[in-house]
This record gives sequence, C-alpha cells and structure tokens, in this order.
Amino acid sequence: MFRRKYITGLLIAMTAFACKKDNYDEPKTTFQGSITYQGEAINVASLAVNFELWEPGWGKSGAIAVQVKEDGSFSSLLFNGNYKLIIPAGQGPFRSIINNATNSDTIPLKISGSTTMNIEVMPYYMIRNQQISKSGTTAVATFKLEQIITDANARSIENVYLYLNQTSIVDQSNYKVRTAVTGSSITDLNNVSMSVDIPSSMSSVGTTGDQNYAFARIGVKIAGVEDLLYSTVVKIDL
Amino acid sequence: MRKYLLIISAALVFVFGCKKDADFLQTDPSNILTDEAVWKSESLVLSVLADLYNRYVDQQTITNWPEYTNFDEAFPSQASEYWRVQQIDYPYDWWRLWDYGQIRDLNLFIQKCSAATALSEEARTRFLGEARFLRAALYFEEVKRMGGVPLITEPMTYNFSGDPTYLQHARAKESEVYDFVIAEMDTIKTMLPDDPATQSRATKGVALAMQARAALYAGSIAKYGVSTPSVFTAGGEVGIPADKAEGYYTKALAAAQELINGGKYSLYQKKTEDLQDNFAAAFYDKANNPEVIFAQDFKLKSGKVQGWTITNQPWSSAEEQQGGRVNPSLNLAEQFEKLDNTYAPFATNAGSDYIYYDNPGDIFAGRDARLGGTIMLPGSKFKGKALDIWAGIMYWNNGAYSIISGDTYGEIGNIPGGPTGVQVVGMDGPIDGKEYSAQTGFLVRKFMDPTVGSGQLGTQSEVWWVRYRYAEVLLNAAEAAFELNQPAVAAGYMNTVRARAGLTIPLAATDITFDRIVHERKVELAFEGHELFDNKRWRLAHKVWNGESLSAAEVISNIGKADKVNTQIYGLWPYKIYNPGSANNGKYVYKVVKSANVTAAHRFNLGNYYSSISADILSNNPKLVKNPNQ
Repeated sequence: MFRRKYITGLLIAMTAFACKKDNYDEPKTTFQGSITYQGEAINVASLAVNFELWEPGWGKSGAIAVQVKEDGSFSSLLFNGNYKLIIPAGQGPFRSIINNATNSDTIPLKISGSTTMNIEVMPYYMIRNQQISKSGTTAVATFKLEQIITDANARSIENVYLYLNQTSIVDQSNYKVRTAVTGSSITDLNNVSMSVDIPSSMSSVGTTGDQNYAFARIGVKIAGVEDLLYSTVVKIDL
Repeated sequence: MRKYLLIISAALVFVFGCKKDADFLQTDPSNILTDEAVWKSESLVLSVLADLYNRYVDQQTITNWPEYTNFDEAFPSQASEYWRVQQIDYPYDWWRLWDYGQIRDLNLFIQKCSAATALSEEARTRFLGEARFLRAALYFEEVKRMGGVPLITEPMTYNFSGDPTYLQHARAKESEVYDFVIAEMDTIKTMLPDDPATQSRATKGVALAMQARAALYAGSIAKYGVSTPSVFTAGGEVGIPADKAEGYYTKALAAAQELINGGKYSLYQKKTEDLQDNFAAAFYDKANNPEVIFAQDFKLKSGKVQGWTITNQPWSSAEEQQGGRVNPSLNLAEQFEKLDNTYAPFATNAGSDYIYYDNPGDIFAGRDARLGGTIMLPGSKFKGKALDIWAGIMYWNNGAYSIISGDTYGEIGNIPGGPTGVQVVGMDGPIDGKEYSAQTGFLVRKFMDPTVGSGQLGTQSEVWWVRYRYAEVLLNAAEAAFELNQPAVAAGYMNTVRARAGLTIPLAATDITFDRIVHERKVELAFEGHELFDNKRWRLAHKVWNGESLSAAEVISNIGKADKVNTQIYGLWPYKIYNPGSANNGKYVYKVVKSANVTAAHRFNLGNYYSSISADILSNNPKLVKNPNQ
C-alpha cells in the first residue's frame, strides 16, 4: 500500500518534470498584406494562387508557399530573417513587376517584427464599378472591365461569368448557377451587364429554398491565363 | 604418453593453425551470390533480370486499383477512397517519378553483362537487349511524367573527393529523351527474339510497339503543345517544337506498320459467337493469345498472384466479404457507340415519362460489344451468375411514383400498399454511400478472372496485366496516319479494331476526325493505363478536367467530343416498377444520378502537365530547372 503511493507519486513527479520545453520557439512574426494594383486588392479564386518565399543561407533550399486568399490578401507566420519573394510564372491573373532592387521579378524582403506589405502586380484587367443586385428572380450585375496591360503582353477576354452560390466562397469550382458571355460578344468594356436566374431551390420564395440570401461574384477568364480574375463577393438578400 | 600427445597436437596447431595473409578472413558469403558467380550462369543472370522486370513502372494497373478512380472513368466504391472524388485539384507531386536508383541498377546490369564473356554470345545479346529495353521503358515513363530528365546511360561512381558536383547532370530536352527511347528501340529490336509466344519478356514485337507509342507521344506533344504556350521551358526540358511533329508521326507509323506487316500478331477472335465475351477474354485468356505483345504475368500457387477479381467482384457472387470497388462511370459507358456508328446517351426518358424496359439489360442493346466486354452491365452475368443491380422499387402512389430502397445489399422491405417481405434493392446495389456496391450501377469487367477461386484471398488470380497489345498498335498507326494526312490508311486500321467489336459498318476516310481518334482510344483502351497520358499529350487534360461542376444534362451531351468536360462522375441506376394492373408492372426504368459523395469537380491545372520535382532533388542538384506553372 505504502509502496503504491510512492510509485504513484514518483510517476506524477516524472510526468511533471521529465520533459523540457521545446528548444525552438514557433515562428511568431506575421507577414501579411494583399496582392494589389495601385493599392486595390486583386480578387482571385480560393486555393488558386500562391507565391514563394525563399530564405537563402540554409543547407537545403526549399520554398515556403504562401496561399493567397479569395480577397487577394495573404498572411504567413515566419521567423525573422532575409527572404526573397517570388510570384512563380503563371500564377494569378496578373504579371509581376520588375523590382528595382534586384532588377528581376524577385522582391527582397527583410522580416524583423511583424510586417504588413502589399505586393504590387500588373493585372491584365480590373473589374470596376461593379454592382450586383436582385431584380425579381434574377441577379443582375453591371460593371466595367478596364484593360490594364495594353502593350505587347495584352491578352483578350475569353469569357466573363456571373456566379451564384450559397456560401461566401464563390469561384469557378464553387457555384450553384452561373451564366457566361464570351469576350468577343462584349461590345463595350466600359458598360457590361449580365444576369443569372436565381434557381427556386436557392430562393426563399421557392418551394425548397430555406436560405434567404446568396452570394454573387463576377469572374473573368483571360485568354491564355489559367487563373481567373474575380470581383469582390456580394451578398444578395433574396 | 599424454606428454607426447600434447607436444604433437601443439606442433599440429603451429603447422596448420594459421592461414596465409591473403586468405585471412576470406570466406565466400553463403547468403548472397557474388558478381563473379552470377555472370557465369545464365539462369542466375535471368533471375537478376527478373527482378528488373518486376520493377517496371505502371501508373494505372490492376494491382493498384484506386488509381483508376482519380479521373472520370470510375468511382471508388470503398469508404476510405471517396476523397478521390472530393478533391478538386491534383497535387503537383502526383505521378512524380525520379527513380535513378533503378536506372543505376539497369546501367550496372548493362555494364556487367557486356563484360560477361562466360555467357554464350546468343544469351548475352538477348539479356543486353532486355536490359536496354527496360531502361528505355523507364526513361519513357520518366519523360511522360516529368518531361526531360538527365539521360544517364553509364553507372556513375563517387570518388569520395568531397565534391560531388561532377555527378550533377542537367535535364535533357523532352525531345532528346524521346529520341533516346526511339533510337534504342531501333537497336534493341535486332537483339531480341521475334517470337509472338514470348509475352512476358521483351521481344522485337514490344520494341516496335514501344517505339510506335513513344514516337506518337512525342509527335502529339509537338503538335498539340502549341495550344498551351505556357507549358514550355526555355531550355526545352518541357515542350517539343511544333516542326518536329511530322518526323515523329512518320516514325510512329513506320514502327507500327513494321509490326503489323510482320504478320505475327493479330486481334483476339476466339469467341466470335459472343463478341462481348470475346473482348473480355482477350484480356484473361492466356493460352495462345495472339493479341498480347507484352504483359506482366502472374501464376497461381507461385506467390505472384493478383487480386483484381477480389477487388471488383460483384457482391452477389463474391467469394469474400468484399468486391465491387471500381465502378465505371456513366460518362465512360455512354461513349460506346450504337452499331450504326452514332453516339447517343442511354434512352431513359420519352418526353416526361420513363422508358420501360422488360429486362434490365435491354437499354444497352445494339451497342459496341466493347461496352459489355469492358463493363459488367445490369442484366449481365459473371462466373455464370446473373448480376443483381437495381437501386430500388418505384411504386405507384397517388398519381406519381414513390421510391422504396434499402441500406444494405439485397435488403428485404415492404412496399407500402403492396406486398411485404420483398427484396427492395439489388444484391449488388447500387446503394449510395454503401461501399462495395455498384454505386454507379456498373462494375468493371476488363481483366476480371472468371475462374472459380479468383475471388478468394487464398487463391487469387493469374490473369496478366497487358501492357502492350496489338489493337493499340493498330490505333497508334491510325492516329499517326491521320496526323500525316492519310485518312484512308487511318480508317483502315480503325475499322479492323472496330469490326472485332461488332461495328461492321466501316468508317470512311472522311469520317476520321481528331474526335474519332480520341474516342476510339477511350473505348478500346479503357482501364489499361492510357487515360492520363493520352489526355496529357493531346493537351486536353486541362479542358476535360477544368474544375467546373457538371450537370446531369451536360453529362449526356457532347458524347464523342474530344474536349467534352468530364469533371464529375455520374451513374445510371435501374429501378423496378411496382404498379399492379399497369402494363409496366415489373419492368425497369433508368435514372441518371450523381453519388452524394461526388462533391468536387476535378481540375487539372497547367502545372499538372509535368509533375513537380521534389525540393530535395532540386536542392541537391542546382543544374535542374523546375517544371512550369507550379
């Protein structure tokens, strides 16, 4: 009886004191910001765009991939240090801007303490003045498509989509209904109008619908560019 | 006396107890064979070679069934694999292959075999040809998945100088790796026996078949790569210039024609009384099969057996408490043409009403025999036992149909207002979310072994995995001829393949289009490991798997179009009608359904065309360039 008490006590003591704390602290420095054009965030699809952070000087080189969120923002927990930031070719509906310091698309990055930094890029297009609202049983969107890159790297618009979904994640893989117009059929980029029928299964006045709001978003597929350009997500009350 | 004995034995120890320095601690190992011993004996060399054969790399294969369910051909009917239809993006490291360990082993074999003078000249030539064939096959597999890789054809040795940079090699151009494979086959085909009865070792036939396939791949990458300008690297590691297309197609056609005109192989036609059975038997019949050029062989009671039949056997006749995993999709099944060479979805509805069929199999009548030869359809038989595939009973209830079904195989239930204690769902399903049931309404038939015991864990199956067969060579020839603007030649080869499947109305030269070529490969070569690589080389993968969800109306439209979107898997479920007093009582109707587990639409990104090289490899060899768009 006495011995069992000792053993129990010993076990408790071992559990309490046997382990040391981890000898490394977890990364604590936040690096955050948005992918922007002239300060305005560029919206993309969920899990579609990422960029790479490289920290030279270690034995093996490997990139830290940072995922860009739907609204163009990103945030990453890092250790302090000197990094190089690269947006890999083919990521996002935009082109990288040549950085003055490195004379390439590599952006040098010194992280000491939490940093907020926007990454400026050149998008092929921007969606401006977008308005999406409900009109009867349809959702109507009006917007302007401003072509930003007009030099030799200019790309035409392949398709423009208007998506509706029941959650706030709306993109080419996540939607309930959508309509499309081809780029060639758009006569005036300054004044584009599209509509999509709200299905009865989504509408509160329908037979099966039980959610009285929906989320809408415009997506632009640019010829030869894999990732679509998106507008901000708009919540519509049904 | 004892004293003398002692002195004598001490003397003996001095005389015999020590060895020469050279012999000290020199004992031949008793558990491994030394190089010297191996390279004197043909049978030992053969066993080394057998190991190399055994390491041949496949992507989709019958011993790795879930790989079939990543795309649009089949649904994975096992709970732990549903994630495959719930994942949107394909990770960039999928299909990655960087096996320089195996390449080194092959190079060592080639080096040692070349120096093995103890072997007869004839045996040595054949062994060398086989090893070079396997090395070329591995490089072909590498280039299909990774693009250009370093071409290492000699075993490399480290000199322990502390500086390994001389071992680092840059990637060859994608075209250079294809050129290597094609050129190797020209040499190898003269070293190997020209014997169609040798099907599990390399022959002249498989050398030609691989040459045709490799040249065709290179040609189509050159031609169709133009449509994806971002899938190129500056150094040519990925992407082949368009002006090389014609040369590759010419080579592909020449190699295929050399094999065809050699006349040693032919299509399997032993069971022409039933063309569906005939097509199925082309894969499981191993006796004098004239179609199979190269296969991975298995043998019962030898330890080398395979479990494809256990994996996929219908529950109704299963020999273990499992089966039914690979469920072919409606997307695939509807691709099989009608006998008048037209495409049509299965007729489920006439106007707003269903079409009522007397027998569950009637809806599939009048189609390409490869449909029933590739897929077990409702109403067909396996191992002589009828399948029991129907999703429930539709009973007439106040002017409309209601459905009653069950949650387990062949559940017994009651029809409201009708008989009680009747079976309300098929023994094979389909039951949505019930693993091992035919959740698309179909089960796979290709490579399934009809032998009794093939579904038992203790016995398994010795049906082989066919890597190269004559029908594919014909289709390769047809595609190359079509691309070289010889549609009449293409039509001839296509019609040979189609006639065996019961499509006796020949296609005219004007009927041969790119869509036709793509479609023919899809239906002839389903479940043979071509799906991913064909879609990649035609640069169709990012269009076919574009990440957009697919509606039931879209799935049954555009059949036979090469770029038809196929991001989600659909099924076709039969229901029994219970409506006493009506002429339709006891008949079957069909519904197009999507399993509740199919939640994501597959998206093949441009970065998936060539798998990523791991960070470790890139870090160890700074000469390597990354694959694009990742």
